[in-house]
Amino acid sequence: MTSATAPPAAGPSPVHRRPSVLLRVWWSDTLAGWAFISPTVLLIGLFGLVPVVWAFVLSFEQNDLISPGKWVGLDNYRKLLHDPAFSNSVRNTVVYTLVFVPVCVIGSLLVAALLNRRVRGITFYRVAVFIPVVTSTVATATMFNWLLDPDFGVVNAALNKVGIASQGFFRDPKEALLAIVLMTVWGWLGFGVIIYLAALQSVPADLLEAAAIDGCTRWRAFWRVEVPLLAPATLFLVIWLTINSLQLFDEIFVTTKGGPVGSTTVVVYYLYVQAFQFFNGGYASAIAYALFMAILVITAIQLKVGRRLSHGER
Amino acid sequence: MPYPTEPPALVKPLPDDDLSQAAHSHRPSPWHFLLLPLSLVMLTPLVWMVVTAVSTPEESRQFPPALPTSIQWSNFADVWAGSPFGHWLVNTAIVSGVVLVSNLVLCSTAGYAFARLRFRGSGLAFMLLLTTLMVPFQVVLIPTLLIVKSFGLIDHLGALIVPNLVTAFGVFMMRQFFLALPPDLEEAGRIDGASRLGVFMKILLPLMGPPLATLAILTFLSIWNDFLWPLVAIQSPENMTMQLGLSTFQGAHLTDWPLLMAATLMSQLPVIVLFLLAQRVFVRSIASSGIK
Repeated sequence: MTSATAPPAAGPSPVHRRPSVLLRVWWSDTLAGWAFISPTVLLIGLFGLVPVVWAFVLSFEQNDLISPGKWVGLDNYRKLLHDPAFSNSVRNTVVYTLVFVPVCVIGSLLVAALLNRRVRGITFYRVAVFIPVVTSTVATATMFNWLLDPDFGVVNAALNKVGIASQGFFRDPKEALLAIVLMTVWGWLGFGVIIYLAALQSVPADLLEAAAIDGCTRWRAFWRVEVPLLAPATLFLVIWLTINSLQLFDEIFVTTKGGPVGSTTVVVYYLYVQAFQFFNGGYASAIAYALFMAILVITAIQLKVGRRLSHGER
Repeated sequence: MPYPTEPPALVKPLPDDDLSQAAHSHRPSPWHFLLLPLSLVMLTPLVWMVVTAVSTPEESRQFPPALPTSIQWSNFADVWAGSPFGHWLVNTAIVSGVVLVSNLVLCSTAGYAFARLRFRGSGLAFMLLLTTLMVPFQVVLIPTLLIVKSFGLIDHLGALIVPNLVTAFGVFMMRQFFLALPPDLEEAGRIDGASRLGVFMKILLPLMGPPLATLAILTFLSIWNDFLWPLVAIQSPENMTMQLGLSTFQGAHLTDWPLLMAATLMSQLPVIVLFLLAQRVFVRSIASSGIK
């Protein structure tokens, strides 16, 4: 209980004064605790909790964000079910997520496996894969506007060189969403690689050696030994990338603005248009809540399925 | 303002690139045949941005494209002359500087209190904090705008600062780091008669260097990358941050690709240089969260 550095007359004997010391400690902890957390509680309350409740109320109102709102009950939610533009945005978001997440997860797994070795220049290779992660979304989108320009873009030039005709990319309703996938995979790949590389470091080397002694090829060992051990990282990535792709906005705003003919209008872009171009604050809040609930449900399902799968494999 | 919802992953440092081992083999590894094309594909957008940034408008309108014959440094000067680029840079620096310092202070103090102090109300406060972690930013966007408007902060840098002064994710992350410290450290300090604040400042904070660096980098990246919130909160060009400014610059110079690429290049230079200087810390920080 005593410390060598304590001065001899530091205080009264702890045994003698125990109750009051405990009381004092409790008091000082309560005071110190609230002194430490009160700015945070105030700020999170004001900008975290109040808006969540407020948005819920807004979703039952007709509100142009300037004049006082009018209570309309469930009208906004009813409108959601019958709004073809909203269901189009849901469809686009689902298609985007279903393509983007698997491509990004499998892509980063393979690239991480490729980068997880000691060869000359590996730092260069890693930096090349990681730099897009710190490149901002707007800068990424501006660069891809130029790369994928139908008339002067360098990608079309490369395609022509191998005998493929020029593509419209962001200006072709059939291709725009896929072009968005291509661009965002470029931006997110390095993130997945960072997660997988960290997880690959924790695969015990003796497991791989044992597999090699048993006559397992390196390729088989990767799929049968390493990939199952990476299950927690994969689950994290799938959930995290899904949450982010359901909230896609920046890249759409800078490249296609939801076009051509609504082919890239995703849910958050539609929300933005409703709130800040049509001033339907109530309807936009209902969209936001629908998105919130969808994210909660999808995350819960992914967690459940993911846990069952990884238990089944053991 | 993306709020990651997953707890920080436990991350080991990546292995060093071990040249001594590679130097033992006589021939280059066959993996280069995959690694080199991969890295070239990943670098193409950036390299092409740099090439176009020093081209003339005529050169950018050749098809198939060709490398520029001379370096057009004037493009960079034209960006500065034709837009409040300097304002955007300074605004971004101010917003990220203030938000960064306040997050370091508030997240670590609150994280410490939630990890170590037993006091009335802490459980409830922490639960509410966790609840806000799960909420996507789009849900709180409109009410936050109305709150900020009632403070008179619309179209003001304060609008970008005040709602970001502390993040629930930062508090949660710092709490996890404080929980990982052995409690004996502070008990010794407490018995020596140090106050809670004294223990926190003199004993615990010096041990929190790496977590604080992680928090600093994540906060910086999220402010740097923030777009939707500045888009709705700021209108005047001279009050914009880099991301928002760049997007309006693109709207104003739709087909002047050399000018656009010069602006994009300059806007990304600070963060890319920072990344190259502190690659290891960046990678570790990104691995422990979900920031993009």
